[in-house]
Amino acid sequence: MIRVALPYHLRRLADVGSEVTLNVAPPVTQRAVLDALEERYPMLRGTIRDHTSGKRRAFLRFFACEQDLSLDSPDTPLPEAVVSGAEPFCIIGAIAGG
Amino acid sequence: MSGVRVLVGTRKGAFILTSDGKREKWEVSGPHFGGWEIYHINGSPADPNRLYASQSSGWFGQIIQRSDDGGKTWEAVGNEFAYEGETGTHQWYDGTPHPWEFKRVWHFEPSLIDPDTVYAGVEDAALFKSTDGGKSWQELPGLRQHGSGPRWQPGAGGMCLHTIMLDPSNPERIYIAISAAGAFRSDDGGQTWKPINRGLKSEYIPDPDAEVGHCVHRIAMHPSRPNVLFMQKHWDIMRSDDAGDTWREVSGNLPTDFGFPIAVHAHEPETIYVVPIKSDSEHYPPEGKLRVYRSRSGGNEWEPLTNGLPQSNCYVNVLRDAMAVDSLDSGGIYFGTTGGQVYASADSGDHWTAIVRDLPPVVSVEVQTLP
Repeated sequence: MIRVALPYHLRRLADVGSEVTLNVAPPVTQRAVLDALEERYPMLRGTIRDHTSGKRRAFLRFFACEQDLSLDSPDTPLPEAVVSGAEPFCIIGAIAGG
Repeated sequence: MSGVRVLVGTRKGAFILTSDGKREKWEVSGPHFGGWEIYHINGSPADPNRLYASQSSGWFGQIIQRSDDGGKTWEAVGNEFAYEGETGTHQWYDGTPHPWEFKRVWHFEPSLIDPDTVYAGVEDAALFKSTDGGKSWQELPGLRQHGSGPRWQPGAGGMCLHTIMLDPSNPERIYIAISAAGAFRSDDGGQTWKPINRGLKSEYIPDPDAEVGHCVHRIAMHPSRPNVLFMQKHWDIMRSDDAGDTWREVSGNLPTDFGFPIAVHAHEPETIYVVPIKSDSEHYPPEGKLRVYRSRSGGNEWEPLTNGLPQSNCYVNVLRDAMAVDSLDSGGIYFGTTGGQVYASADSGDHWTAIVRDLPPVVSVEVQTLP
């Protein structure tokens, strides 16, 4: 099971707790995790990745295992600790704005 | 007993204010969608319990919320706004070409007859339509592809399509306005459009009476006279008696003719309201006095309405979508400020009361008159 930690406003939008768990078939990548997340919670479509470009929204970052994975290719396999569920894949809102 | 429901969009959430027909005691519900910018909430004339809300944020983009029970519960519906065909460019602030990019929905205008049909005016300026209650959105591309698009430019708030008016006597006729492009009219249900800006003069564009490029802040009409339009422009109050084909200035004796909203009384088609603002760089009332100005002659002769409004040290603004009227027998007028107050008058503007006064900055106000 993949653990995904969502920022506060997306938790409220999807009506979930601080983490959601997803079944994601290998290879487990950013794209696969986000596809599974949006499939389970359709209201999140467009809020993490732009509808038109499919790219990460500018004021969001992806962290896991104390690393910033935001600039990795969406098809790069995620760290084993994320794949095993030992660590969450974290979607973080930038501190800018508000 | 009849009542009213005031739909308030703010920088940090939505609020719904309700009262009975006396409009003396108010219940405040909210914040709904706390922390998100709510540019607009509007209700269907065909089903007042059907509401559409534009929820957006710099982090997470655009969400569209729909309620089927008057705002008690909400459902996120479709939020994909894809421009049709070649997107092309408009002018950027510095005059260079800039590609069209969707940013947010500024305004919803639900159909007069079908709760599932709703128009959305967006930034960068375009008109979208849904016929399935907001689940999916299709652009009406004839507007953006009118041919003048490369000459459109953003106002300070962005290049927004902020006004949509449906002609109750002619289902094929739609008016829209864009800042800063001007006003446009369609006579074929939104397929094709013509600019309707003849008579406007704007010193901030190279050709002051150009076909497009005018910063129209808001247009209003009375449903009984859909050929008579009133406009608050960047500067100037304008009036058209021929469905926008020609305009004439009716600023008259206003202390300043800069401002954002303009509204028409529900029962008096020649009674109109504006909130004069000092200037385009000083977005607050002149002399620190918050005054609504009313004309009962369709313009030119204006009277200040001050009873109940702050008359000293008041430096708020009233944004373009933040004034609305109810249609109770004694006509009500409402407006919200960037200071978080929503003021209401139940007697056509003679007396005002703050029905709520410490909200986040108010972006939009709509009023539903309930049976």
